[in-house]
Amino acid sequence: MKNLVEVKNIKKNYGKNEAVKGISFNIKEDEILGLLGPNGSGKTTTIGMLLGLLKPTSGEILINGQKLEGNRIEILEQINFISPYIELPKKLTVKQNLIVYGKLYKINNINERIEFLSEKLRLENLLNSITGELSSGQKNRVSLAKALINEPKVLLLDEPTASLDPEVGDFVRSFLEDYKKEKKISILLASHNMNEVNRLCKSILMMKDGIIIDEGNPKELINKHGRKNLEEVFLKLSRSKNELN
Amino acid sequence: MYGLFLRHFYLITRSFPRVLDLVYWPTIQITLWGFISNFFATHTTYYNNAVGVILTCAILYDFLFRTSIGFNMLFLEEIWSRNFTNLFIAPMKIGEILTSLVATALIRALIGLIPAVLLTSPLFGISILDLGIFLFFLFLSLYLFGITLGILVSAGLLRYGPSFENIAWSTMFLLAPFGCIYYPIEILPEVFQKIAYLLPLVYIFEEARNILINQTVDIQNIYYAFIWNGVYFVLSIALFYYSFNVAKNKGTLINMGE
Repeated sequence: MKNLVEVKNIKKNYGKNEAVKGISFNIKEDEILGLLGPNGSGKTTTIGMLLGLLKPTSGEILINGQKLEGNRIEILEQINFISPYIELPKKLTVKQNLIVYGKLYKINNINERIEFLSEKLRLENLLNSITGELSSGQKNRVSLAKALINEPKVLLLDEPTASLDPEVGDFVRSFLEDYKKEKKISILLASHNMNEVNRLCKSILMMKDGIIIDEGNPKELINKHGRKNLEEVFLKLSRSKNELN
Repeated sequence: MYGLFLRHFYLITRSFPRVLDLVYWPTIQITLWGFISNFFATHTTYYNNAVGVILTCAILYDFLFRTSIGFNMLFLEEIWSRNFTNLFIAPMKIGEILTSLVATALIRALIGLIPAVLLTSPLFGISILDLGIFLFFLFLSLYLFGITLGILVSAGLLRYGPSFENIAWSTMFLLAPFGCIYYPIEILPEVFQKIAYLLPLVYIFEEARNILINQTVDIQNIYYAFIWNGVYFVLSIALFYYSFNVAKNKGTLINMGE
């Protein structure tokens, strides 16, 4: 499988503070890579650099074989992002928001795309609703529709099911699994929900204090650290001194 | 670009307070200044027949104010609605973002301007159209300066984040004394005059008064206004690009959405 994301020794310093201290990883097509770590471990900074919102102090990022540096616009056409910390304009209807982003991503058949996504994400009856008046679960599905409006090759998910009830959370996870399988996209999933990570990800990166302290598939990590589940592995690694595997 | 325009068009047309806000302030301002102008005209001989001058300058100043604040509002809306990150991860060049905002700000300013212009004639018997064809150049010059101020403030928002918001509201008030909007530049102390001559506003408002009072046109004023506008416009664009790069280094673009 081809690497759609290649991260080569990226560092990010804010003044004297080293937020990310030289990490490298790849994400293959048709793969979901979990990015775990306690708050302040450098996950958001890493995602910011992948989105071109942050300039790495050093290192290189390639998306679909193209360097992010110098090709920002071409690469942004191929990726998208969802996070509970960013929202769509609340006063616009769901359809208006999707039209706006369809235009921003230069989608040719916007109506067809909206129809497809609204069917897949159960949004048909919400298209004319005001976005700000939707429930968390509905807003989450709308944000997901926006994130898929450009048929991204790489999808970055920052806690995509945070604050969702179990039913909606399960729906979103199933949708992501199916969509990834169907479109062969790469997904980077930052999450604090270990069950979610266990279910969706075949490989995981554990970050702490700006470095990758461990990596592998969930089962391997559980066995390696002699714990019952991924949550216990997370707790062990979060509380331990940094150790490079 | 059309997408970004649509985003704001939908927002405005869905919100009555926003439409009201576009019309309310220009109308209040013009009405207020109209009565003040009338007062001066009827109580002093100096201001006799000068209602048109003061009111015309008020309309011109309001257009500048609307353009600048309108541009800032478009930018602030994205921060307030936590949509900022979505916008900056869309595949839009900085030039495209600026062009969309510049065009949308013009439409917003015109929506506010038209009722104000229409009201002055029935209420005060004055028409800003008395400025003739040169009115277009004065408006264009004011629009350029308003946009320039808007871009400068937006550059500040990019660089410093939402904390720069208050500057967005006060820019026009800070510059107003140097703009010589309602009085000739000779009123200012000499040091202030030197500063005022570095702004395009002086030339614009001096020329508006010149046309209305002396019925002559000094092309040099219009020319100088455009020269200074060009200088500040280029500087503001350069500063915006610089601020974008600083924001990418400092992480402001990520934090803005949170």
